[in-house]
Amino acid sequence: MDFGFWISFFDSTLRSATPLLLACLAGLYSERSGVFDIGLEGKILASAFAGAAAGVLIGDAYIALFIAVMVSVFFALIHGVACITFRGNQIVSGVAINFLAAGLTAVIGNALFSMGGRTPQIPEDGRFREFPLFFADRLEGVPVIGPLADVLLNQPSFVYMAFLAVPFTWYVLFRTRFGLRLRAVGENPAAVDTAGISVIRLRYQAVICCGILCGLAGATLSMALNAGFVNNMSAGRGFIALAALIFAKWRPVQAMFACLLFGFLDASEARLQGRELWLVGEVPVQFIQALPYVLVVVLLAGFIGKARAPKAGGVAYVKER
Amino acid sequence: MTAPAIELKGISKSFGPVHANKDIDLRVEKGTIHGIIGENGAGKSTLMSILYGFYEADAGTIAVDGTVVKIKNSDQAIALGIGMVHQHFMLVEPFTVLENIMLGAEGGAFLNKGRAAARKELERLEREFELHVDLDAVVDDLPVGLQQRVEILKALYRGAEILILDEPTGVLTPDEADHLFRILGQLKAQGKTVMMITHKLREIMAITDDVSVMRQGEMVATRQTAHTSVDELAELMVGRHVLLRVDKGPANPGAVKLSVSGLTVVDELGVTRLKNVSFDVRQGEIVGIAGVSGNGQSELLEAIAGIGPIASGEVHLDCDAEDTPWRPRPGLGHVPEDRHKMGLVTKFQARENTILGYQREAKFGQGMFLDRAAILETTKAEMERYDVRPPDPYLKAANFSGGNQQKIVIAREIEQDPDVLIVGQPTRGVDVGAIEAIHRRLIELRDSGKAILLVSVELDEIRALSDRILVMFAGEIMGELPPTATEREVGLLMSGVRAEEAAE
Repeated sequence: MDFGFWISFFDSTLRSATPLLLACLAGLYSERSGVFDIGLEGKILASAFAGAAAGVLIGDAYIALFIAVMVSVFFALIHGVACITFRGNQIVSGVAINFLAAGLTAVIGNALFSMGGRTPQIPEDGRFREFPLFFADRLEGVPVIGPLADVLLNQPSFVYMAFLAVPFTWYVLFRTRFGLRLRAVGENPAAVDTAGISVIRLRYQAVICCGILCGLAGATLSMALNAGFVNNMSAGRGFIALAALIFAKWRPVQAMFACLLFGFLDASEARLQGRELWLVGEVPVQFIQALPYVLVVVLLAGFIGKARAPKAGGVAYVKER
Repeated sequence: MTAPAIELKGISKSFGPVHANKDIDLRVEKGTIHGIIGENGAGKSTLMSILYGFYEADAGTIAVDGTVVKIKNSDQAIALGIGMVHQHFMLVEPFTVLENIMLGAEGGAFLNKGRAAARKELERLEREFELHVDLDAVVDDLPVGLQQRVEILKALYRGAEILILDEPTGVLTPDEADHLFRILGQLKAQGKTVMMITHKLREIMAITDDVSVMRQGEMVATRQTAHTSVDELAELMVGRHVLLRVDKGPANPGAVKLSVSGLTVVDELGVTRLKNVSFDVRQGEIVGIAGVSGNGQSELLEAIAGIGPIASGEVHLDCDAEDTPWRPRPGLGHVPEDRHKMGLVTKFQARENTILGYQREAKFGQGMFLDRAAILETTKAEMERYDVRPPDPYLKAANFSGGNQQKIVIAREIEQDPDVLIVGQPTRGVDVGAIEAIHRRLIELRDSGKAILLVSVELDEIRALSDRILVMFAGEIMGELPPTATEREVGLLMSGVRAEEAAE
């Protein structure tokens, strides 16, 4: 296990963490406003498919990205209409969105490309490549710093975006009017209403933010980390992102660390396979794949203490006395 | 004469078949404190909500400062200079005082800019109106009296000229209430108009200039406070003559029936809620526990009822009731503090609620089956005896008024003929007329030789009913007082000042 091994480990951790982090922040906007969102998974899946399909059919990465985000926002708005306007149950609506996305992507994918739900490989112009920043290339060859710079500064732009979204979200949440109102509406919507602010509008804004970020997460998967869509590509990332959100107690910086932890586990999956481990011998693949979920259960149950969710979360706002 | 601050003409509002406000006229003069009283469901809160833009009236006009206006939402009400302090505070608990006040009036998209200006303005308001609050404190950590001040500051910060307070003293100690009245006096002196909703007649007499009385959705009278009396107002409210004082003879205490010794309760967060509480209740007496809510009374009731955990100490009941495996304390009747959470299943019908907790008694059924006829008979009999209206055993508990719900609970517990009765907030949210009946029933019970423990946040109630008063503060019994003790004496203990300290 030399330096190169750790560098590539670090690289895959960052890449695995990126869609998680985007989805986690998406959930943060929604849940801070009091709208629980189980449907992150579905939105990631739908936008991953939309991005890949548009990339294949149109061949322009930016248009494809726009379409991916729009699809995700569309699903977010369905959730919004169901939960905010019609005061439906947020969990049921979220689950419905997950099913809807899983079904639609497979059916439409098969109808368009007849590849069992997969899309063909996206052509070069339809996807996002690594986007080197600053002087990353000039450091090539310098020992230690060179490879490190390559990991940090030569990534798909989604990676930078995800990590920049963390301080941005922090600032929005704690230093702007929108953030103050967003946090307030998730705690006590009646207080927001009596202060003369529309609860409904505020929650829709939050849900749209959530849709945009989920769209980016999906596009990251199919257009940057891979070059096409396969069935059930999101593979539970939406749920892991939710777990990370709870770990982080709905705070952006902590959310980043939680996502890095899960990204790290995801990256170790590939590296542990087939290896002889001290004492236990070779670990079965299935065990490694289950590890993130086991960790979620163990950590949630025992180590992170009581997570205090936004108080009005999960409850539609009804004016009443 | 100047235009009145508020003039309502012909305001009506219905919720489905319920006529909450019927053709209401109201005139509130500028720079006065105007009280609005009425029983629960008289339509006071609806009327104020219309004024604050929470609801829109079906008919009628509102004039502010002589101009007819339409108020469609709270935003417009705020713009017209109307501020409201709700009964349940509209505060975001994990936020600081400053954040709460700025919410909705941030002064720009970025908080930093508005924050300094807000702080300066608020410090000015605090000085002007004696409304001192630490702006950086988290609201959750503040006592209710201070939270209320935050609400008042919030309204003033938005430039309120007319301040509406909905049941402002319900959660305050007598001391805090006095302070609130001083603040209101200060506001009046500065030319602001105050409207105060309450059902406490004494407060009306103490602080208002004018008072309007509502009954069943109608405005029945407006009086100058100086030219009316408590008795007249009570009669106007209820629509018939009410006996405000409780008639009772001297107590005849007998043997100790309930004995609490060294009771300590620690909640799941590890906070000590009750500290080494000891007292006795004898048969034929009512012992009242006074205190601001949240000082351990709930934990005390639950521990005595055998439904809450006890860390150490003992509760001893001296009753000859049979030991029943399904009742934690046979021979004890418990009227819980919160009838909705613990006293009733509101989705059940009245007859089902009649047997809650006693459903395994032989008289209500054998084996697996309930004796529906016997239950129905019991319910009918109880409804008649306690004057529950409407006397419909099939009506869901949720559809009775608060007073009648309370009567159902009290009837159930008393009719099981317990030796010891513990009663929490027997008249919370209950109309004046029903209060009279409940109080009379408790006195009757005492005179028939039961031991009664009464917990209430209503000091008047405690003083009227109790033969001995124990005052609780922060989980401890601060001292015992006779029912003749003055409000000030009790109030001092309620705020945690012991008698010997007060003397110093």
